[in-house]
Amino acid sequence: MTTFSKEDVKYFADFVRIGLSEEDKENFSAKIADLIESVSDLKEVDVTGVKPMTHPVAMINVLREDEPKDILDREVMLASAEDQEDGLIKVPDIL
Amino acid sequence: MTLTSKTATELQALLQKGEVTAKEVTEATLQTIEQHEEKINAFIHVAKEEATKRAEQLDQEAATTRGRLFGVPIGIKDNIVTKDMKTTCASKMLEDFVPVYNATAIEKLEAAGAINIGKLNMDEFAMGSTTETSFFGNTLNPWNTDYVPGGSSGGSAAAVAAGEVPLSLGSDTGGSVRQPAAFCGIVGMKPTYGRISRFGLTAFASSLDQIGTMSRTVEDNALLLSVIAGEDDNDSSSSAKAVPDFTAALTGDIKGLKVAVPKPYLGEGVDPEIVAAVREAISVLESLGAVCEEVELPHIQYAPTTYYVISSSEAQSNLSRFDGLRYGYHTENAENLEQAYFRTRQEGFGDEVKKRIIFGTYAMSADHHEDLYVRAQKTRTLIAQDFDSVFEKYDVVIGPTAATTAFKLGETGGDQLVHYANDVLAVPANLTGRPALSVPCGFVNELPVGMQLMGKHFDEETLYKVAHAYEQATDFHKRTPSIQEGK
Repeated sequence: MTTFSKEDVKYFADFVRIGLSEEDKENFSAKIADLIESVSDLKEVDVTGVKPMTHPVAMINVLREDEPKDILDREVMLASAEDQEDGLIKVPDIL
Repeated sequence: MTLTSKTATELQALLQKGEVTAKEVTEATLQTIEQHEEKINAFIHVAKEEATKRAEQLDQEAATTRGRLFGVPIGIKDNIVTKDMKTTCASKMLEDFVPVYNATAIEKLEAAGAINIGKLNMDEFAMGSTTETSFFGNTLNPWNTDYVPGGSSGGSAAAVAAGEVPLSLGSDTGGSVRQPAAFCGIVGMKPTYGRISRFGLTAFASSLDQIGTMSRTVEDNALLLSVIAGEDDNDSSSSAKAVPDFTAALTGDIKGLKVAVPKPYLGEGVDPEIVAAVREAISVLESLGAVCEEVELPHIQYAPTTYYVISSSEAQSNLSRFDGLRYGYHTENAENLEQAYFRTRQEGFGDEVKKRIIFGTYAMSADHHEDLYVRAQKTRTLIAQDFDSVFEKYDVVIGPTAATTAFKLGETGGDQLVHYANDVLAVPANLTGRPALSVPCGFVNELPVGMQLMGKHFDEETLYKVAHAYEQATDFHKRTPSIQEGK
């Protein structure tokens, strides 16, 4: 049986900055263990010499002219941020 | 016959001739929505004022300049951004988010004269197949409100089935347009990857995501896709292929059409009554001149797990943008930036989303990247090759859209693994980038059943032609849920 401990949950959640309650850790530990178990069937597949598929429809070098465009103005975009000052987004203390 | 029971094509004819006004259609639509919403909760936001104002403006337009969807109401899945109109992805994370631009598909709808009636409910960030993971409560199936409408585009399917709108947009990452279309007895198309620009569609899994079209008839669906398809400078994965008028493909002639029926699609795990309905549909196609043969797909059983690994891996990267700083929800209790990230994401995301992000991070981590993520990508190649060889000999692949009819509310708890049998049918179209459409093909216990048609890349025309010929030979699309008659 696959195990995915509460510590494992925290270890991986930390990389993606997701805070967790004790209850969350327990809940995700069981559910993710099930998921890992279920995807273990991929190990049976003979993938020798097979190239990974990264795009569903192959396209090569999609280019367009590098011309400046009239896009959204700064004030409009900044209005989505919770906190702003002098045209910049304000964030909590970093240090 | 009321205005809201008409198809988009029928409404078009009346609107273009000036027999009804856009305002009359909009008013009737808003009234129907008001009647049904208490029962089905398909909308997150009904754009009453915006739609009314737009209808009044449209009615002033000269008859000569009217677009192909002039005055036609449409509902939009709430993960497609709409300028100045909230777009929540059914998540607390975006509960109050108002986009500053329109998705390309929305721009095209506007240019064609369509009226955006509002934003439709879905599973949070499109992760789920029941619409039960929505932050705004679940949507109910118009055929029987003890059942889910499917998902993740559950609101989009329920609104069309209930007669609230003739058309809607959904998105399909692993069956999210087709499965709810089947559960709600309507037509749902996931076009070829790249057929419709994804600019403004909130990314879940970028190599699988595609906007899809939903309607009560095949003809309406073909009309809607003709309007929104096409290349877009803002989406480098959108295709430069010319967009035909898909309604021109509805000739009714399918003589000599070569149909492949994969054996696993009618085997173990699929409800026997659904197998019977699809077999019956196949015999209808044969009576219309199609030649149907069974085929093998050697790697098909690995499609669901390939999908779980790839979609979660891509999701963990895509959803990193929700940091609570630039837009969206942000926590009130953080002393520093690090805490702000952790708490915003803890408080803003629901459980299913968190689970998939954490699992995706595991699959992409140094220790598991090769064994899970890259291995899934290689398996994806094998699955695609299986389909490539089938399509060398056949024009379409046919099977059920889903392995069961709609689930009872709460039956699956939104648990991904319960849906394995459905995913075998649903996810191959996304993994291979191929177009696939669901069309109503029967009822089991008064709940709708859908038949799925998958086609060659960029050959949506054949899918529409076959589905239309089948639809015209049967009358499943004429049945309406009792909710429409106010029962």
